[in-house]
Amino acid sequence: MSSRGLVIDGVSHVYGTTAVVREVSLVVGPGELVCLLGPSGCGKTTTLRIAAGLEAPARGRVLLDGRLVSGQGVHLPPEARNVGFLFQDYALFPHLDVLGNVEFGLTALARQPRRARALEVLAQVGMNAFAQAWPHQLSGGQQQRVALARALAPRPKLMLLDEPFSGLDRRLRDQIRDETLRVLQQNHVSTLMVTHDPEEAMFMADRIAVMRHGRIEQLGTPAELFDHPASPFVASFFGEANILPGVVHQGRIATLLGEVAAPGLAEGCAAEVLVRPEAVTLRPDAAGAGIVLSARVLGRSSLVHLDVERPGQPSRHLHARLPHRDLPAEGERMAVGLDCTQAFIFPAETDG
Amino acid sequence: MAVAALVALPVLVVAANLLVPSAEVWEHLAATVLPSYVANSLWLMLGVGGAVAVGGVGTAWLVTMCRVPCHRTLEWALLLPMAMPTYVVAYTYTGLLDFAGPVQSTLRALFGWHSARDYWFPEIRSLGGAIAVMAMVLYPYVYMLARAAFLEQSVCALEASRTLGRRPWRAFLEVALPLARPAIAAGVALALMETLNDFGTVHYFAVDTFTTGIYRTWLGLGQPAVAAQLGAVLMLFVLALVLVERMSRGAARFHHTTGRYRQLPRLPLPPLGAAAALAFCALPLVLGFLLPAAVLAGWAVQAGWRRNLGGDFLHLAGNSLILAAVAGVVAALVALPLTYAQRLRPTRLVKACVRVAGLGYAVPGSVIAVGTLVPLTAIDRSLGALVLTGTIVALVYAYLVRFLAVSANAVEASLGKVTPSMEAAARTLGETALGTLRRVHLPLVRTSLLSAVLLVFVDVMKELPATLIMRPFNFDTLATRTFTLASDERLADAAAPALAIMLVGLLPVVLLSRAITRSRPGAQP
Repeated sequence: MSSRGLVIDGVSHVYGTTAVVREVSLVVGPGELVCLLGPSGCGKTTTLRIAAGLEAPARGRVLLDGRLVSGQGVHLPPEARNVGFLFQDYALFPHLDVLGNVEFGLTALARQPRRARALEVLAQVGMNAFAQAWPHQLSGGQQQRVALARALAPRPKLMLLDEPFSGLDRRLRDQIRDETLRVLQQNHVSTLMVTHDPEEAMFMADRIAVMRHGRIEQLGTPAELFDHPASPFVASFFGEANILPGVVHQGRIATLLGEVAAPGLAEGCAAEVLVRPEAVTLRPDAAGAGIVLSARVLGRSSLVHLDVERPGQPSRHLHARLPHRDLPAEGERMAVGLDCTQAFIFPAETDG
Repeated sequence: MAVAALVALPVLVVAANLLVPSAEVWEHLAATVLPSYVANSLWLMLGVGGAVAVGGVGTAWLVTMCRVPCHRTLEWALLLPMAMPTYVVAYTYTGLLDFAGPVQSTLRALFGWHSARDYWFPEIRSLGGAIAVMAMVLYPYVYMLARAAFLEQSVCALEASRTLGRRPWRAFLEVALPLARPAIAAGVALALMETLNDFGTVHYFAVDTFTTGIYRTWLGLGQPAVAAQLGAVLMLFVLALVLVERMSRGAARFHHTTGRYRQLPRLPLPPLGAAAALAFCALPLVLGFLLPAAVLAGWAVQAGWRRNLGGDFLHLAGNSLILAAVAGVVAALVALPLTYAQRLRPTRLVKACVRVAGLGYAVPGSVIAVGTLVPLTAIDRSLGALVLTGTIVALVYAYLVRFLAVSANAVEASLGKVTPSMEAAARTLGETALGTLRRVHLPLVRTSLLSAVLLVFVDVMKELPATLIMRPFNFDTLATRTFTLASDERLADAAAPALAIMLVGLLPVVLLSRAITRSRPGAQP
């Protein structure tokens, strides 16, 4: 365990009687960017607020740069932690201009160095020309940059980002995301970020913690999560998947798309096979099991809607993603198969 | 919380009277005057309610949705009658329309009539007159809320109904009106609360309602218990109105219009229609503000400024100003911690306290006067001396009970501007809780705090029934002097204090209309 950065150790939190965070443990190393990813209500924002000291955890501890800040009877208030928090709504102070906002956290400095530091961070985010502007005169993207500068100005030990790009439209979001990542890396600051967008998490994060029902379901690098999801939830969160039910028979599962190996699953066990659309292979074959319902070009790839049937099984609607634009005609029969390296097998979930 | 309880006390005292077994006098009252109180109050509410609904909704719709000539001016001018205390309007119309007034005198001169038996003229000092006068002054409540509702409701809904084959008029009836119904109901409820609160008009017009009854049993018959019971019955009316208002208003707030600007598709009107619309909008403005103001000004000029400003006018004005200023500041000082506590720790108990404390605004001034005097007299009796009753302290306390909600609303709205994440931002940037209050909340709330003081200030200036009952002996304000002079039929002498009250009353109207113009930046001329 590194002494620098953030350590969250067995933290739980309750609102009233509902547990929102359960036994969450997480380390953010120096200069590392970790994403908390999950659907709304999974406890990710509460975890972030606990790290900031805006909430006190019911159980567990939080260490910042090796120092205990929450837990074991200790609760260091947010103002004493030296963390930067970027809010979803930016929370700029409407009664202060841009410079005033950025200088807000620099009370320890004298006038001259304070102004110099504020202008320095504003320059980093490309907003120094707007130092005298008022928050309401800025566009959403500009407000986001000012909020980032304000949070970075006091040189925090840890940056906490709460859905920082969700208020921006898509085109702008990609650009601001890129800039924010660059500024964070320049400052070499440990960062914990919350998002519900898996693409954003993969773009920004060194490691991702997927949360569900207040727990961390899986923690790993984006590649690990994408290629080796630990549960159907994680697998489907990172991209659309065809879900094929089946039963383990002699270590294998027969699905509509063919047999897959099911190592480690007991004989007769009900299972779900998740297959990404890009793992579905198609070949023209007049006697094939699949009928093309429609085929659409989506830009960089194409999506084929199929109706697949095999004797003795009900037909299913499946999606196949093709990397090219050479599309089959509607109503054409295709032989369907699958790339076994991109099929994920889980025991069938009973709780849904 | 203790503060909230203190403010809620009078309301609860009066409510408790409902449960107390009735005295003999009460039975006597019930047999004699009570039916007429109930009937008069109901007729009054019915008449005023209908009139303000039609007037308020009609003007709001025409001004916001149609191409009425000078709608930009009308938008704010239609609020002006709010500055007029009802009793002042009642006096001016009486002066204008009674037998000796200029209108009837001119008619007599024109047609050669000699006495009242020669012709018929509507009696202004009647139930009908009271309804007319109150409707003229109170319709802005409906106008304001209905207008905000029309502005907020999606223009798309209207356009959709047009594409679905509705003519503009049908679209208004079938879409806009139902959508705005909660706001309209809330506006009518507010107007009716003011109707029930009114004392000056009904007293002057000799229409016996609950407020006059309370005043009479208290000061005339010396029966505080009975007065309190009358007050309790009146509160049942009010409670019904409050429920209507609460249910219909939902999340919408009094002084709020959304800041977002939408291009409103103003309906073009044919020339004749435009003229009719202009007349419809101008009528309440003329009757409710311009005419009474002109009459007052005329009387004041007639009297000459020596008679106006001489005597004890300055003394009265001083009394009014000091009283209003003290009440305004005290209300703001009480409202701030109350709303902040509600925000920091929104437990059910705190919320309930704030809500009950807020009830005071709906409760008529006469009821509050009774409700405050009863416990205060009890305290005085236990002390064996007149310490509290009949002092300025008691009066300010009554004002506080009645107007705290006004102040709290303004403060609450401005605290709402400080989002929770702003507080959190200040904290993570290294500022303590107290420092956050100073560096973030205070600068943002300061102007609203001022307007909270101002709103209460103006309400206190206009307030009549509570002041009449609670004031110290020989203590007069502009409002009470206007009332006594008018009661003595010295209408011309009442003009100066009435004008002064009206001018002060213009202040919040100016604030409101500024908020309204700002709510539509870049509106088309």
